[in-house]
Amino acid sequence: MGRYVVRRLIQLIPVFFGTTFLIFAGVFAIPGDPIRALFGERPPPPALVEELRNRYNLNDPLFLQYAKYIWNVLRGDLGTDFRNRPVLDIVSSAYPVTIKLAVTAFVIEIAIGLTAGVLAGLRRGGFFDNFVLLSTTLIISIPVFVLAFVAQLTLGLELGLFPISYNADDGWPLAYLLPAVVLASLSLATLARLTRTSLVENLRADYVRTAIAKGLPRRTVVAKHTLRNSLIPVVTLLGIDIGSLMGGAIVTEGIFNVPGIGQAVFNAIIRQEGTVVVGISTLLVIVFIFANLVVDVLYGVLDPRIRYD
Amino acid sequence: MEKDAAGVPPGGSGTPLLAVDNLHVEFRLRDRTVRAVNGVTYSLAEGETLAILGESGSGKSVSAQAIMGILDSPPGFITEGTIRYRGEDMLGMEEEQRRKLRGRRISMVFQDALSSLNPVFRVGDQIGEMFRVHLGMSKKDSLVKAAELMDRVRIPSAKDRIRDYPHQFSGGMRQRVMIAMALALEPDIVIADEPTTALDVTVQAQIMRLLKDLQNEMSMGLILITHDLGVVADVADRIEVMYAGRVVEEADVEDIYAHPAHPYTEGLLLSIPRIDQKGQALRTIPGTPPNLANIPSGCTFHPRCHRARAICAVEEPALETVSMSRQSRCHFWPEVLDATQ
Amino acid sequence: MTEPFNPPPSDPQTEHDPPRAGGVGGAVTVGMAPDATLLTDASTAPGQTAEQQTSLTKEAWRDLRRNPLFIVAAAVVTLMILVAAFPRLFAGEEPGGATCPLGQSRLPPRAGHIFGNDLQGCDVYAKVIYGARPSIVIGIVVTIVTLFIGIVLGSISGFYGGWVDTILSRFTDVAFGFPFIVGAIVILTAFPQRSVWTVVIVLSALGWAGLVRIMRSSVFSAKSMDYVQAARALGATNSRIIIRHILPNAVTPVIVLATIGVGAIIGSEATLTFLGVGLQAPANSWGLSISQAQRYFIDSPHMLLFPALFLSTTVLAFIVLGDAVRDAFDPKLR
Repeated sequence: MGRYVVRRLIQLIPVFFGTTFLIFAGVFAIPGDPIRALFGERPPPPALVEELRNRYNLNDPLFLQYAKYIWNVLRGDLGTDFRNRPVLDIVSSAYPVTIKLAVTAFVIEIAIGLTAGVLAGLRRGGFFDNFVLLSTTLIISIPVFVLAFVAQLTLGLELGLFPISYNADDGWPLAYLLPAVVLASLSLATLARLTRTSLVENLRADYVRTAIAKGLPRRTVVAKHTLRNSLIPVVTLLGIDIGSLMGGAIVTEGIFNVPGIGQAVFNAIIRQEGTVVVGISTLLVIVFIFANLVVDVLYGVLDPRIRYD
Repeated sequence: MEKDAAGVPPGGSGTPLLAVDNLHVEFRLRDRTVRAVNGVTYSLAEGETLAILGESGSGKSVSAQAIMGILDSPPGFITEGTIRYRGEDMLGMEEEQRRKLRGRRISMVFQDALSSLNPVFRVGDQIGEMFRVHLGMSKKDSLVKAAELMDRVRIPSAKDRIRDYPHQFSGGMRQRVMIAMALALEPDIVIADEPTTALDVTVQAQIMRLLKDLQNEMSMGLILITHDLGVVADVADRIEVMYAGRVVEEADVEDIYAHPAHPYTEGLLLSIPRIDQKGQALRTIPGTPPNLANIPSGCTFHPRCHRARAICAVEEPALETVSMSRQSRCHFWPEVLDATQ
Repeated sequence: MTEPFNPPPSDPQTEHDPPRAGGVGGAVTVGMAPDATLLTDASTAPGQTAEQQTSLTKEAWRDLRRNPLFIVAAAVVTLMILVAAFPRLFAGEEPGGATCPLGQSRLPPRAGHIFGNDLQGCDVYAKVIYGARPSIVIGIVVTIVTLFIGIVLGSISGFYGGWVDTILSRFTDVAFGFPFIVGAIVILTAFPQRSVWTVVIVLSALGWAGLVRIMRSSVFSAKSMDYVQAARALGATNSRIIIRHILPNAVTPVIVLATIGVGAIIGSEATLTFLGVGLQAPANSWGLSISQAQRYFIDSPHMLLFPALFLSTTVLAFIVLGDAVRDAFDPKLR
């Protein structure tokens, strides 16, 4: 087991460097001079421009810039934006919001998605099963921002169930509910389908036949033998999902005006704040890789066949 | 009828352990109905080994699944017939009653242990489950019993291996685990569905030997389902030959090998490669087994039979008595018998 | 955020890609993928002889023809492609400039303008019809490009194994680890002028990783099948084995996914355009219409709802189509 974890870790390291470098290159190597953009319409004094460029290492070759950047990151310094505000600051005020949103969405997703999937799988071909299949297809197909508007219109305006937009004063969870529902909807649909399929496949497996032949009550056959096997892929999906949720949802946060990481990164991109974009993205890559690692480990724990390879 | 703790009715010496009578099983699919078992009758006495011999699609496994009550239903349905365990009608029983018999009085060994064992649970846990569920034993005690059983089925280092997972065993060892699980509660009847088909020949012999020894030790009735004549000769007392969902011949082992009374059995025996046939072409039964959704008229075997005559395509032969304890479903069984006298 | 399918990183050490869905085999998608269940049967199709393959195809086709969902979805897809190809047939002149009387800005649906008018006074129906082309073109072209890359790289990676596979896999992992939306936005904002082809290139560059993975795992399974050994024993060259034996078997799940992928890509393009980093005015796209209609959503919902309806229906149709094809080809469901 330990060897398996170490192996995965080693594989993920080049991925980390590769991805962060690509982001770095994407931001700093593309045409457009961010320093000039900072000054808007007025042409900046050349000496100031030169000083800023030096400060942000913009005169070094790309690789060197990247190396210096990563070196700083590993020491906890994510740099500052062009107004000298530490990126870490931006992150620490925006991330808690995203986390609350992610957790709320995650809870909704599990509560509805998992239950629907299990029920649909157990009563395969029944009305509920078909209903789940149809509704999940629908949810998956409709782009998030459309769903967001529909939700705003129906749940927010017409039914008056939730506040239409994020308002910090509403506190948690009320302020987060509508965006969380929208965020959860896509994952929930995928989760329900995966759970259902997994359950159906496992119910047909040979070892289920054996369990019945052993005289085990149906309750035990389903709960012990089928559920655990079926949940293996589901759990791993959930792990990856929470990694994605932690990555912030640009669209959802945008529409509902939630001041989270997604918004922060989006604004930074528009304003061409290279350092902020790279800083936040690097953080997100780390979170994502970590989530992947946890998922792989979890998978190894749940499925012994992987462990003993 | 008075029953013991496991819900078992007492059997008089006249009552067979298991009696299957005129069983019909069909599978209702989207566009056709497959009649997998068509009026099969056989019985098993205590301590007896009955071999059910047949090709794929002969209905041998399906009839066993019907006995165990593990038929996939839908699409499988038992449309006619009775199955009696110690005289009591199993098909009329409450499901809960039937469940209690499974594993405890009648158990089954499956063909492919790798897919038939749950991959994510330890072997000791899976064997011990029998004790926990049926006898209410504690987890600790059940593991001790599991180790004992694994020892009994001759798995080396049993005590250490109860913590292993199925995929960590070799094919033969895994099959022993399956057997241990099936025999855990010393059932009256064990149905072994092609227990050695997936194994190497040498391992096959070992497993069959093990089954036989355990059967003698525990005086169980054993129903051995197979397509392999070689396996049967050593182990079985009686043989039922099945073809296209029907029993076509029924006899004691010694009789059938020496003097088959049905062209199908005859063909099977002739197709076994023999060392004194060296240099000759192998003999086969021409054609393929029939499509069970579309069974031939008359005798189901007639399209492939080298003894077929006009009547065979028209009239289905009934199961006729050849002698005491022998039956054959063929219009011309005397001919077949004569061929080997 | 509809991201195209992104299965998790592949472990070169073992032959399977953890985590796996289904009882014993398949691959799982990342949270935002259109449909995780699609990938559960990635390994079912391989391993059939040519004979079995054609009869499976025939049976599958027969089932499809009788499936009402498939027929409806196929009809919708065909219709939308026609709309994209010949918008003039459906809505007359292209809306813009003189045909948009500013005085009719934001008027609700009524006779003569069944979808109402948008912010500039243009007929929403006409805009929606003309908006189909960029979205659908992007969807189809990106799918074809990623399909091609996916099949080629996935086959090479899966078939040759060894260090070729390791390098390609690491490369794929990086491409996969690259955050989709963020990455797309970053790259797209670098180009002040964005045309349909800009978007096509960017989406293709970000979306090929998922298909490579599926193809790779498909090829892996097919590679170990007996018929490949047989072909080798008969002296077939590697490329012959790949093209004639492995590809036909391994390519089915990939194609099914790609069909569904068209829907996902159309959704992604709409999302990016909506965020302001995709297509730009004066181009006409559903995402743009929705983005412009956003602010007036409460007062004039028709401006947003109709493009949204068309967008959703198109994406839905592609996904249902792919789903139906997958179900029809799944031998386990017979």
